[in-house]
Amino acid sequence: MGLKVPYGFGLECLSGILACLQIARTFLLGAVIMSVVNIKYYLRMSVKKSQEPIVKAVRLSKNYSGKTVVNQLNLTIDAGCFCGILGPNGAGKTTTLRMFIGHCPIDEGSLSILGLTMPKDASLIRESVGVVPQMDNLDPDFTVEENLYVYGRFFGIANHVLKQRIVELLDFASLQDKADSKISELSGGMRRRLTLARALINKPKLLILDEPTTGLDPQARQSIWQKLRELKKQGLTLILTTHYMEEAERLCDRVIVMDHGEVKADSPPKQLIQTEIESHVLEVHAAGEGLIEKIKQDSAIARFEKSGDIYFFYGHKLLHALGVLEQSEHDDYLFRPANLEDVFIKLTGRDLRE
Amino acid sequence: MSKLSIVRLFLTRSSSIWSRNIRVWSKLAGPSLMGNFGEPLLYLLVLGYGLGQFVGEVKGLSYMAFLASGVICTSAVNSASFEGMYSAYTRMDVQQTWLGMLSTPVGVAEVVFGEVLWAATKSLISVSAILIVSIGLGLVGDAWAVFILPVAFLTGLCFSSLALLVTSYARSYDFFLYYTTLFITPMVLLSGVFFPIASLPEFVQYLVKVLPLYHAISLVRPLMTGGELSFVFLHIAVLLVFGVSAAMLATYRIKKRLIK
Repeated sequence: MGLKVPYGFGLECLSGILACLQIARTFLLGAVIMSVVNIKYYLRMSVKKSQEPIVKAVRLSKNYSGKTVVNQLNLTIDAGCFCGILGPNGAGKTTTLRMFIGHCPIDEGSLSILGLTMPKDASLIRESVGVVPQMDNLDPDFTVEENLYVYGRFFGIANHVLKQRIVELLDFASLQDKADSKISELSGGMRRRLTLARALINKPKLLILDEPTTGLDPQARQSIWQKLRELKKQGLTLILTTHYMEEAERLCDRVIVMDHGEVKADSPPKQLIQTEIESHVLEVHAAGEGLIEKIKQDSAIARFEKSGDIYFFYGHKLLHALGVLEQSEHDDYLFRPANLEDVFIKLTGRDLRE
Repeated sequence: MSKLSIVRLFLTRSSSIWSRNIRVWSKLAGPSLMGNFGEPLLYLLVLGYGLGQFVGEVKGLSYMAFLASGVICTSAVNSASFEGMYSAYTRMDVQQTWLGMLSTPVGVAEVVFGEVLWAATKSLISVSAILIVSIGLGLVGDAWAVFILPVAFLTGLCFSSLALLVTSYARSYDFFLYYTTLFITPMVLLSGVFFPIASLPEFVQYLVKVLPLYHAISLVRPLMTGGELSFVFLHIAVLLVFGVSAAMLATYRIKKRLIK
């Protein structure tokens, strides 16, 4: 008896150690396999990411009763890009965005969003896209929180997940205190922030914003900008249309200028100003013909435009022209660096669009 | 995706539209119920009592009992039509609620079906209320009257689909007056709500028998008064054919209107 115990004990120890080794080996092997699988998985993911753009439009066209609104548009937007689309009214911006979410049948060309084909997979695509429309369509019958809840239910998001997300999104949109407020009690900025929060309820991979800050005061606009920058930091791909050059310049890492349904320019905003236009602008307001003639003598003037009683002279160093103005009595002029608005006007013209 | 899961997804999404609408309704249930329920009740009591004194019995029924089944069907028609026109138009055009829904995976057919289901639910609500009052007034024959509820729902489905089809053409609220004045009102007056259609000229009778309200009444009246049901499947089929074809046309039209 007395002997058997240590013997048995020894055997048990041995088998215990063996078992431990076995387990350790399995774990080790498992870990190695897992890490290989993981690496492969990530490799595939990253390869897929770099290969597959978020938006790929090829010769995309749209006509409304004979009028071409989008004309053979080629556009590729990569993951993580914050892309701004600028253009005068009727340039085809909104139509393009509506095609991206399947709200507008495609007349010609092909469109793939998130690697899926539009319009065949429209519903599937919209599962991973967030939309902030130009016109608010929040539900006036519901509170702030209900608006998020009901919208989330359209995505089929489970109740408990939705409850959690609503808390996060109210926080993100700085609307925690307004959860039970009616929509009519919200300011314009709050409404837009709620619309933005609503667009994020499905954790989209792509966020589409059609003039998200139009009609907002500067404070409200800045607060939206801050939220959008936060989203960009989180790796979201964003496409926004705007009429505010400043907005595009500050937010976007890529600006597309559209007119007559075509892309007129497409590059980072700073580069756009450098490549598309002269470095400086001289604006001369309400000056006499004689003075203007003298200014025009400056050979550094690359080109000029007249709009109403304002002359715009573009060039790099307009020393002669500035000298003429200094000697004259006329002091209503402005010499400034060119900005995105100048690029915009150059590309799309000064004519009014209505 | 299998066919079954497509159907399930369709129903889930439609029901999310339905539950959105019922959530709105629950906030305004008071005035809404009064409208759906108060007006038909007034017709029933005032006409039933006042006219009943002159009319006496119709087909062996007291006039109020005869009128009750007609009023029930009219109420189903009106609830569903109103919802499918004024409320739906508000969501389609004024508030752009549908466009918001369509920015989610929900499609036009699911929106239309969800709206139709909801409008039919409203018919069910108002008919239930009138039915309860009718029981109190002793106007209900027997327990078969329970089957009035599914008929009311079906009638609601049929008329909300028709209303949505009208809405798909509407450019303003005023447009609906064409439909109510030229279709709903004559149909209600002629389909046997207030008097048996046998008193109408023969060709008008044929015309009435083509319209869905007549078939709803043909089902409800016997169920209400303990009479004998006949041509049940024909009546159901007429309501279904009107409803399904109108819903499909409405889907097509609304898709053309919103996805353009």
